[in-house]
Parts: sequence; C-alpha cells; structure tokens
Amino acid sequence: MSWPGADAQAAGVWPHRHLLDVDQLTLAELEQCLDVAVEMRERRTRREALDLLRGEVVGLAFHEPSTRTRVSFELAAKALGAEVVDLRIEASSVSKGESLVDTLRTLEQTGVSTIVLRHPMSGAPYLAARSCGARIVNAGDGTHAHPTQALVDALTLREALGPLEGKKIAIVGDIGHSRVARSNMHSLTALGASVWLAGPRAWVAGFAGWPGVTVADRLEDALVDADAVMALRIQLEREAGDGAVASLREYTAEWGLDEARMSRARPGAPLLHPGPTNEGVEITAELAASKRSLIGTQVANGVPIRMAVLSLLAR
Amino acid sequence: MSIFGSISDPAATFLLTGARVVDPSAGEDRVRDLAVVDGLLADPAALPADAPRIDASGFVATPGLCDLHTHLREPGLERAETIASGTRAAARGGFTTVCAMPNTDPPPDDSESVRWILDRAGGAASRVRVVAAATQGRGGEQPTNVVELAASGIVGVSDDGAAIGSGAVARELLAGLASLGLPLIEHAEDARTAQGSVMRAGPTATRLGLAGWPESAELSMVERDIALAEETGAWVHFTHLSTAGALEAIRRAKRRGIRVTCDVTPHHLALTDDWVAGWRGFAWEEPGGVAADPFGAPLDAALAYDPACRVNPPLASRGDAMALLAGVADGTIDAIATDHAPHPRERKGVEFGAAAPGMIGLETALSLGLAAVESGSLELVRLIEALSTKPASLIGETRSLAAGSVADLVVFDAGARWRLGASGLASTSSNTPLLGMELPGVVRMTVAGGRITYRDGLDARRLSPGCGTMRTAHPAASDGCRSARTRNSIRMRDQASGASSGRRSCSPASSSSSLSACSASTGRSGCWWCFSSSTWSCSSSSA
Ligand SMILES: [Zn+2]
Repeated sequence: MSWPGADAQAAGVWPHRHLLDVDQLTLAELEQCLDVAVEMRERRTRREALDLLRGEVVGLAFHEPSTRTRVSFELAAKALGAEVVDLRIEASSVSKGESLVDTLRTLEQTGVSTIVLRHPMSGAPYLAARSCGARIVNAGDGTHAHPTQALVDALTLREALGPLEGKKIAIVGDIGHSRVARSNMHSLTALGASVWLAGPRAWVAGFAGWPGVTVADRLEDALVDADAVMALRIQLEREAGDGAVASLREYTAEWGLDEARMSRARPGAPLLHPGPTNEGVEITAELAASKRSLIGTQVANGVPIRMAVLSLLAR
Repeated sequence: MSIFGSISDPAATFLLTGARVVDPSAGEDRVRDLAVVDGLLADPAALPADAPRIDASGFVATPGLCDLHTHLREPGLERAETIASGTRAAARGGFTTVCAMPNTDPPPDDSESVRWILDRAGGAASRVRVVAAATQGRGGEQPTNVVELAASGIVGVSDDGAAIGSGAVARELLAGLASLGLPLIEHAEDARTAQGSVMRAGPTATRLGLAGWPESAELSMVERDIALAEETGAWVHFTHLSTAGALEAIRRAKRRGIRVTCDVTPHHLALTDDWVAGWRGFAWEEPGGVAADPFGAPLDAALAYDPACRVNPPLASRGDAMALLAGVADGTIDAIATDHAPHPRERKGVEFGAAAPGMIGLETALSLGLAAVESGSLELVRLIEALSTKPASLIGETRSLAAGSVADLVVFDAGARWRLGASGLASTSSNTPLLGMELPGVVRMTVAGGRITYRDGLDARRLSPGCGTMRTAHPAASDGCRSARTRNSIRMRDQASGASSGRRSCSPASSSSSLSACSASTGRSGCWWCFSSSTWSCSSSSA
C-alpha cells in the first residue's frame, strides 16, 4: 500500500476503534483522514480495485431516512471490497419494538464488523459502542454530531481555499438543531479556521464560549469578509412549531442567503450546504446553482471520505 | 458480611462503646457509650451484665435517617423494586424510615390502597410511611379524598413525576389540606416548559445536542405554589429542588412566614450536568475535562450519554449544586431526600433520551453527604440534621439519642471507603452512575424502632463478651439454626434468592406459634442476631 496513511495504518497507529465524532480526532488524525480520502478518490477515479475491506461485512443501520449518506457509505464499503448488509430499520425492527441494542447485537451476530449508525437520538452511537462489539461509525445522531459530513466539508473547503488556518467560515441557520454544525465547529476550529455563527437568537445563543467560534448578532457580521459560507437545512416541520422564528417567510427575509448577501463575503467565497436544500428558504435556487456553490463537490467527496473512515477504522 | 433484620424482630439489647455520637436534636457531638435495653436507649448502668458489647470506637452514631422521597415500586412495578428489597436498601443506607411515593401501578389514591402498603410493610427492614396520590390515578384532574386519606395515616399527598398542572386543582387540594396539617409534596416542573427536554439547559446540553430543561420550568411552578400556600395557609413541600432560582424564591417565602419546606437529593448536591457528558467529579471538585471545557474537550465514549445520569429534575449546573449545598448548610433546605428511583435494566439500557428518568439513592445518600462533608462544603451535624432529625420532624417522627428514647440510630464508619458494585446492592435495581466509584462512609449498623435492621462488619472482634455468651447459649441443635454462622448464611441466601423473608427467623417465643418452636430457650441472654433480651426461641419452619 502506498497511499498516505497506509503506513501508519499498517503500523497500527490509528488509535480509534469507533468514529463517534470528530472531537476525538487530533489535528494530525483529521489531516490523515483527508489525505487518505484524496488518495481514495484518485484510485477510485482510476478504477483501481481496492480490497482493504475484503472479507468484512459492513452493516448499515439507519434509524432515520437518509438517501445521500446511506448511499455514500454503501458505495464506499463496496469500493473497499466489503459486503454490505442494509438493515431496513424503518420497516422492520422499530415497528417490532426492538431496542437499538437488540438490533445491533443481532447485526453483530451475523458477522458484521462495522456498523454505520444513523439515529434520531443524540448519543445513540455511544450506547452502541458500549453495548456491542462491532466498530461504530456515527452517520448522524440526533442534533449532536455528523462526523463524516464534517470531514466531507473540511475536505471540500481545504481544496477550495487551501489550508484553513486563519480562514473565516460562516455557518448560517438553525445551528442549535444541527449535528452538521456541531461537528464542523470541532473540525474547522481544529484546522485553524475561525467559525462565525448566524441565525435566530434561540438557535445560536448557546454556542457563545465555544473556542474559536463567534456568535454574530447580525447576518452581515458573519458574512463580511467570510472566506466561505455554510448554509444549513431548515427543518420545515420543526420550525413551524418551534417559536424561534415567526414563519419561514420571515426566516428567509432575515437569514436567507442570496447573491446580494453573499456579496459581503470575500469575492467568489464558496457556499456549502449539507443538503438536501430547501431552495427559496435558506438559499435561493440561483445561489445553489451558481459558481460559488460547492454542493455538488460535497456530494462527490462523500464516498472517498467514507472510504477513508472505513479503512482507517479497519486498521 | 451484611445481614438484614426487620422492624418486627425482637427488640434489641446491647452496648455500643466509644462511638462519636452526633445528635443534632441535642446539639451533641462527643464520644460516649450508647446503651440499648429492650429497644430503648438507656443508662449503661441499666444494661444486663451479659448484654453484647459492640466496640464502636472510630465509628459515628447518629439518629436513624429518614427519607422523605422513596420509590418502592410496589404494587405493579416489582421488577424494579419491592417493599422488601427497597426497605433493605434503606436499612443498608442507614435509613430507618422511608416515605413511599405514589408512583406505583395503581397509585395509592384511596385509604384501602394506603392500608395495603402499610400492611405489606409490616415486616420490612425499615418503617414505611405513605405519600398518597394527590389526584385520582395521579391523573392531575380529580383531587383525592384527603380527609379519608389522612385518617389512614399518610404523611402527605403528591403527584410526583409531575406537578399538579392545573392551578385550580392545586388550590382545591391545598384548601382541603390546610386543616389537616399535611403537605402537598410538589414535583415542581412546568410540563409545557420542560416538554421534550432530557437534561439541564446549558453549555453541556448544547454541546451534546440534547434538549435542555430551563430553570424557569421549576421556578414558575415554585412561585405559583408559594402564592397558593400564602393564599390558602396550607403547607407546600417542594421535593427534589434543583435550581438556585427556585431556592431563592423559597428563601424569600420562608422569610415572609409562608408555610413552605423543601428537600434536595444527594445527586443534585454532588453531581452536575457534566456527568451526562461523561465527567465523573463532584460539584465541589476542581473541574476537568468536559466540565472545565464543555465545548472543546472530547466526549468520553465509555461514559457520555450514560442513561443512569438521566434524572428528573435533571442534574444541575455546578453553580446550582453549590447554591443548593449552601441552602442545606443554612437550613433553607429542610431535608436531603433520596428520590430513590429504581428502574429495571430494560428501561435504562436504551438511548439517553429514551431512558426512564431516575437513579437509585438509598444506599449512596449518606456516602455522597459524607463526601460533601469531607470536602468542607457541609458540616457533619448539618448533614445529619438534613438526613435525619429535620425530615423526621416534618412527618411527625422524633429522633433523639437521649436515654429514654426509642433506639433509632445508625452507626457508620465515616472514614472507610467502599466501591459501589451492582451485585452488592440491596436494591433490585442498580441504576446509578456511581457504579464502580469509591465512596466514603460504610454503614455498620442500623437500628429502627429498637430493632436491628442491618449489620455489616461487626465481627466477633467488635462483639464481646455477649457474643460468646450467646454462642454458648445456643446449643448447636441438629437443624443448625443456632449458630450465628448458619443464621447468617440463611439470611444471605434468602437475600440472594430474593425470598421475601427468611424461612427461619429469630422471634419471641410468644409469637412463634406458626413455626415449630425450637428447643432452646435461653432466657435473658438473648440472640446473637437481634441481641434480643426477651425470651426467645430460635425457630425454623419446614422449607
Ligand atoms: Zn419527582
């Protein structure tokens, strides 16, 4: 193996059994993840056969509907030569009243060595890591963390901006309910960026005091001279009864991103969004389709990042 | 070896020598002997010559502890706890009285169900007092018949688990309670404000992505009930207080002479919301890890989101915990109550947000209190007052170590340490985040109403000479129940098998009719187990 990280991996240097959040990764480990992902992407482009996970079975346990993340994990596992078991949780076990621990233990007994877990409750992957023997990859838990999305965003930003040291990155929207935002706060600040948060007060106030993070009073403060801007998905169902904003129209009027607002950022500053977007709510359709938009790149980086994570965890 | 007795055992006679006697009722804190004769505290001169002597030097003796807030789970939820197991946990923790909260299935909302519990608790390891439901079925709508309930001997009413949501219902209840002198025991939580929340609001909740319970959820309900107490002249007792703001409101109300009292749990004094993120230090300790840096420090995969840390009200911030400790120290908080809330494994081995709220506390309350004392945050005499004499007085019981009083006391080794393990607990449940931790304070003996309900580690070395006297007084009869060793092993086996009571027991000869009386009758010298001075017989029934 000659890809970056392979030597360290062969030497057993990767010290983590699970990926529960990016907070557990050192700066060097974060960079190693991104480097391995770059290598994975290139090899995949060259259609090289990678059999790092040959003989392994990766279980997908998505307790919440998700197409994008699940598909990218499935492609990543298969690209590494693993077999994939996709547990259709919504359909089967939840309706049978099976507990998470029961489900994972069943999965483990079928020979699964790595479980990719998406769950609507914060902390579920920690319970999983404690109660079953398989490696756990957090594919998003409640409003807590989404480490592989944060790695995707870090890779996307690093390739668009170069090293993130000293860069200003604005995150706009429902930060409070966003696992993507939380994980990004860890990884982006670890990589040296300063993160600015903007959104309705109830959604951002709690983050004051996070090292390297600034809570902006106004959207303009977060956007001015920003090197990149990240919009978050507004949960249409939740926000209706949340009380933090009077209405979606009002949200869009005050916090929605369009070209005019983006012009406060540095020229050409890229726009990210974890998807799927509500066009016309948190960003305009024109902005989503503009040259600034790296939304497509984020999707493309999804598979190599997940390949990197799965292979690093497999030692 | 720990051994359990019951409040229906024969009255004990023994001499406790050299204990540090701490009795808040008399302002006493000195080393002296304590003589117990036929279950009453007596002048050591009145002790029979052959009475067992227990060397208690190095131990502390205080009035027996009284828990205002215990969930015994029986009837209906016996998988979590029973009256028998819960009172054994109480005795092991030094408690001689527990107030059983009405969170049972069905809840005690009439005098018949109250009497059922009291009957059931007749031979328990601690006295059981009953808190009846405040509304029918704890449904929050229809007040229970408090006059009828009062006649059945309850100590208060509560819909614990929830507040009385309707101010009108609360007002009606208080109007009825005012003339009875019984409190409405309020779980102060505005349900709408706290809805969906699983921990305390604050940086750690933000970090963990868990919905936070704001302070106003407690404060608004406390303020409503203070107003109702003032208006009706009735007594409101706020249980498991958790915020500095609510404490301040109660302090002001007390100054104005409004009839309010309150208690706090040991875990709200010692533990903080950082425990949910995996930190394991007490509120008064120098913060480290997540506690020092809730946003930056990585979560501990082995401890973060531990469902054992989910309680209602949620664990407080460090500032709240320290304010609550100060409230105990200055007497604004009347009592420390455990909110012992056992849950079976399947209700806790789930996601944090899906876990049933509550932790067990009877066996760790004294230890957490002693940890606070060791830290200098609390005086020992204040701790004992809050765990014993004050809560007892709130429910009309007395606690005193003066001669002539009923012997109701706990003897503990404050300096000894023990490691909390699930298998060593007397409770049926083991839902506590303290598992595996080393805690100060080991209870050596609990005496409830003159009966020894618990003993641990009082081996032969500490028992003399009565011990030897008793051994010789017990002929080694063929059924083997005479020797202390055998008796102990029977007790232990019964305890392990979960049997409700030992098939063999020491009992006064007069009440052993249902058992085949054993041959030995030793007159006054008494029984090794219960130190009884009454004529006794050692009995065994056919298994
Ligand atoms: Zn309660």
